[in-house]
Amino acid sequence: MKIKSQRDFWSGLMFIVVGIAFAWGAAANYNFGSSARPGPAYFPFGLGVLLAILGAFVTLKALTIETEDGEPVGAWAWRPLLWICLSIAAFGFLLPKLGMIITLPLLVVVSAMAGDEFHWKDAALNAVILTVGSWAIFILGLKLTIPLWPSFLGA
Amino acid sequence: MELLNNLALGFGVAFTLQNLLYAFFGAMLGTLIGVLPGLGPVATIAMLLPSIYALDATPALIMLAGIYYGAQYGGSTTAILINVPGESSSVVTAIDGYQMARKGRAGAALAAAGLGSFFAGCVGTIIIAAFAPPLTELAFKFGPAEYFSLMVLGLIGAVVLASGSLIKAISMILLGLLLGQINTDVISGVPRYSFDIPELTDGIGFVAIAMGVFGFGEIISNLSRPAEHREVFTKDVKGLWPTFADFKQAFPAVLRGTALGSLLGVLPGGGALLAAFAAYTVEKKTPAKPGEVPFGQGNIRGVAGPESANNAGAQTSFIPMLTLGIPPNAVMALMVGAMTIKGIQPGPQVMTSNPQLFWGLIASMWVGNLMLIILNLPLIGMWIKLLTVPYRFLFPAIIVFCSIGLYTLNNSPFDVYIGALFGLVGYLFWKLGCEPAPLLLGFILGPMMEENLRRALLLSRGDWTTFVTRPLSAGLLAAAALMVVVVMLPSIKKKREEAFQEE
Repeated sequence: MKIKSQRDFWSGLMFIVVGIAFAWGAAANYNFGSSARPGPAYFPFGLGVLLAILGAFVTLKALTIETEDGEPVGAWAWRPLLWICLSIAAFGFLLPKLGMIITLPLLVVVSAMAGDEFHWKDAALNAVILTVGSWAIFILGLKLTIPLWPSFLGA
Repeated sequence: MELLNNLALGFGVAFTLQNLLYAFFGAMLGTLIGVLPGLGPVATIAMLLPSIYALDATPALIMLAGIYYGAQYGGSTTAILINVPGESSSVVTAIDGYQMARKGRAGAALAAAGLGSFFAGCVGTIIIAAFAPPLTELAFKFGPAEYFSLMVLGLIGAVVLASGSLIKAISMILLGLLLGQINTDVISGVPRYSFDIPELTDGIGFVAIAMGVFGFGEIISNLSRPAEHREVFTKDVKGLWPTFADFKQAFPAVLRGTALGSLLGVLPGGGALLAAFAAYTVEKKTPAKPGEVPFGQGNIRGVAGPESANNAGAQTSFIPMLTLGIPPNAVMALMVGAMTIKGIQPGPQVMTSNPQLFWGLIASMWVGNLMLIILNLPLIGMWIKLLTVPYRFLFPAIIVFCSIGLYTLNNSPFDVYIGALFGLVGYLFWKLGCEPAPLLLGFILGPMMEENLRRALLLSRGDWTTFVTRPLSAGLLAAAALMVVVVMLPSIKKKREEAFQEE
């Protein structure tokens, strides 16, 4: 059997997997109750089953209904994807330890590398502006408690 | 007159110095992000949510509302000047607006858009003030079964009117509802799907999901496309004032657009985008007077109609959110979230328990619209300059503000991780052609829906027919079913696909 729409095929599979995972997780771990006294598993189990059914429909449609170009998913943009997600996660991890003064420029420069046009000078300038700006807005202006200096400096 | 008393109370609140400042700030910021392509009101409001912890509820909501309608204004500016709609709701404005700009009539187009929007904004404000109280009365008659059915209607309505595959959109709602199930069950106190991670017992923060999907995810997909080069029409933004003939032509279009937009805005899933599309179609179908420029070549009606409609729609979409606590679109979902952050339970009781907030917010919309027109027409030169900021400076800034915002939600890295994860998920959705807005709606409504479903079943002793034997609830469900059936009809289905093809 040939897949007529790649995008719909994979979305359908995604819905099926997530739906079954939630339904199974609910049935295995929580009390289902009864319709008169619904338990914590009642609603998520129903939703999960419904999602899996709809997912099956989407998948089936992707296998049967002809599309013009096969609706390909296309190549993954690995560089922006990994660069951006990892730089954000690293920011979250490092901020309490190294403070804004180090982690913020790092975040700006590393995430800027995700783009096609990367220039050290631009990124450095942007980092300075954004760090000073964030300090002014969030710490000075909104008085949020964000670590500014690295914790080993004992500030 | 009760209406006048209420509005007087509202204007009293809106005209305090603090609230004027926040309305101004919101409208400014909204215009800014409306002008900048690649940054929408959803991501911006999500970005600002952490900062509203420091504010009172009223100024906070006034500011967020300002961002929403400000973005409609800013979006039309870029649509006219560079043929790049800054917001999806100004897609149709670009068709005739850009042609007008090319013929050296950018000023008239901008003025028609601005004045039309202002007029629509005024009418929208009055409509909210007039219709909110009776709707609120009605809402008090609702039991859990009616609320559940209303939410079903709201969610279905939101996707029926949206573009793309219906079945995938409904699946996205379900996915959102399921993500909303990651929490501690309110009735039994059992933590669900928490994998023994303490942070997850409170549920995933919707700010993290909104920022991840609409902020980070969108950046990733923007970066995966080759950079586009834009041509800016800056040389001739003179002669701002339209001619008398322009006025005569545009005014009926403004009236039609306002009426249509006000109506469509109230419908679930309606709001600005659909209103603009419908208004453009109506203008195109309305016979042209002799000597009028044809559509697609710079007809002023093609700018005035949709622009009035999208602003009217943006205003009236506050009605279901304010009176019933049901968000009709993703921006309103965030407003509901903002209310919850400030400890206000959204729903019909807001009007009686927080009249200052309710009427102040409504009055501030009129004030904000006035500010926008004063602000935008003379400042257009400045907004045009902003268009020349390259994306490589812009996107790290968005990332920085989002990341700091996520961290400060709970002063912990956990929400930052969730945000990054949903950035990945958002990119996946984009690749698979799954629209993320229904997911957010489902996520917001999930816990409310579950509570009402279970309460309704408890009251009926497990009898599911309670949803169809109670007349109000049955009517709401029938309306939802009807919407699905109508959209599935072959002839309508074709029309719907055609309508969204024009995007």
